[in-house]
Amino acid sequence: MIEIRFHGRGGQGTVVASKILADALAKEGNYVQAYPEFGVERRGAPVFAFIRIDNKPIYDKSRIYTPDHVVVVDPTLVEAIDVTEGLKDGGYIIINSDKKPEEFKFPSRYKVFTINATEIAVKHKLGTLAAPIVNTAIVGAVVKILNLTKLESLVEAIREGVPLKPEDNIKAAIEAYEKA
Amino acid sequence: MKKVIMGNHALSYGAMLSRAQVIAAYPITPQTQVVELLSEMCADGTLNAKFIKVESEHSAMAACLGASLAGARTFTATSAQGLALMHELLHWASGGRLPVVMGNINRAMAPGWSIWTDQNDSLSQRDTGWIQFYCASNQEVLDTVIQAFKVSEKLMIPSMIVLDAFALSHTYEVVDVPDQDKVDAYLPPFNPPFRLTPDDPHAFGGLTSPEHYMELRYKLQKDMEKVPALVEETGKEYEKMFGRYLGQVDEYLCDDAEFIFVTSGTAGYTARVVVDELREKGIKAGNLRIKLFRPFPFEKVRSILSKVPKVAVVDRNISYGHHGIFYQEVKSAMYGQPHQPVIFGFITGLGGRDITRDTFKEIADYALSKSQAEEEIVWIGVKK
Repeated sequence: MIEIRFHGRGGQGTVVASKILADALAKEGNYVQAYPEFGVERRGAPVFAFIRIDNKPIYDKSRIYTPDHVVVVDPTLVEAIDVTEGLKDGGYIIINSDKKPEEFKFPSRYKVFTINATEIAVKHKLGTLAAPIVNTAIVGAVVKILNLTKLESLVEAIREGVPLKPEDNIKAAIEAYEKA
Repeated sequence: MKKVIMGNHALSYGAMLSRAQVIAAYPITPQTQVVELLSEMCADGTLNAKFIKVESEHSAMAACLGASLAGARTFTATSAQGLALMHELLHWASGGRLPVVMGNINRAMAPGWSIWTDQNDSLSQRDTGWIQFYCASNQEVLDTVIQAFKVSEKLMIPSMIVLDAFALSHTYEVVDVPDQDKVDAYLPPFNPPFRLTPDDPHAFGGLTSPEHYMELRYKLQKDMEKVPALVEETGKEYEKMFGRYLGQVDEYLCDDAEFIFVTSGTAGYTARVVVDELREKGIKAGNLRIKLFRPFPFEKVRSILSKVPKVAVVDRNISYGHHGIFYQEVKSAMYGQPHQPVIFGFITGLGGRDITRDTFKEIADYALSKSQAEEEIVWIGVKK
């Protein structure tokens, strides 16, 4: 079983990111369980989304406290909160950032990856310049880095599940996949 | 077709595939996305149903009752305070023998204001004469809506499909959405013996003197007693057509068990994981998840618990001044039986506090280390 926690801010599409990933994984016959933070979301406030992945039915219905990997959709959260809380040793930290992984100071037991999903989202005109929607780009990178699904499954999931600008979102996901 | 959907939408798809004809709902907190999706389905023609938006949950149920009386297959959904507001009309639905099916998202009652899960909202409606199913997965939610219409319409008793807030309602899981034509073959159109129609005028729900009232209640109880067998029959029929058995309970490794958790809702799935862990340590554990709560599956519970030395009933609810409600039910089921297990009653997870594998480990440690409970109610995870 793989458990992943997403960190974002309300309004960035973090929960949708976990849903798209779940759709792509389900297409390849995986069992998935994806859920938002249990509570009330506010635009701009830190939000979480979680996903469990397994090749057999998932019976554990409790929340995820010790994820295998974390994905940071909003890089400002790295300063604001402890994104490594509960993260298992050897876990990957995938950050949407224009910085290089070594510029982040995390304990050496974690492996850091960066992807400039904001730049990709802006390039494909997803969301606005002030508030780009980076979720499809970040999922493109996550799928590649963690070797979770084939790119085609993700493309199909976005085409079926993203109501606005699906083709531009697909381009963003593919670009992030290739760059990651 | 396999789809990744949230529990709320599993209810919506269940109602859609059952071809609900009237849906009445009050679309504000604590309502959920159940009726949001259904209203979209009604608007775009996916579902040929009348969507009635009302001004309160009381009115929502009233609209459902009128529609059901007129012969329509009727669905609604609510939660917590919304369900409480319906209370008067829940009696009306069962007393009027109207087979409305309703989804209830288990949310803790206010105050303190809460949108998180526990079972006190639905269990407070225990004696209203509704059939109650407690589900543990989104697949089970969808399948049970279809089965509930079949059971309800056969016996003319309303059904409530209950699911945990967030842990199911807002959690996405892979769900096999059955084909419409197969559901149509399983669930024929609703054809009530009596209906409200100008073509054949009748009065319903009139003044009933002491000479007749008690017989109406006797008949309701007698029909309630038929529910367990009908759930078995329709659950097996469902399995034949869709490959998934829908029973009164979900028993996991109970046959040779020396210790059994009695659970409900999503906690009843997490418990299975801990049963596996205990078995790896050589402890013969099992899990009995009660799905059908009303009517209570006495025979099933008795047959499963009749051989086991120790039972831990895990309640996400409380009857203040008494005990956990499932604990009361299980004790009542085992009273007078030739073999009586030692039954421990645990209360945990109120107001959405998480029930984790550690919760069950703590429960197992307590029950396995003691010959009797030291307190009538053992609270787990409470800050005393």
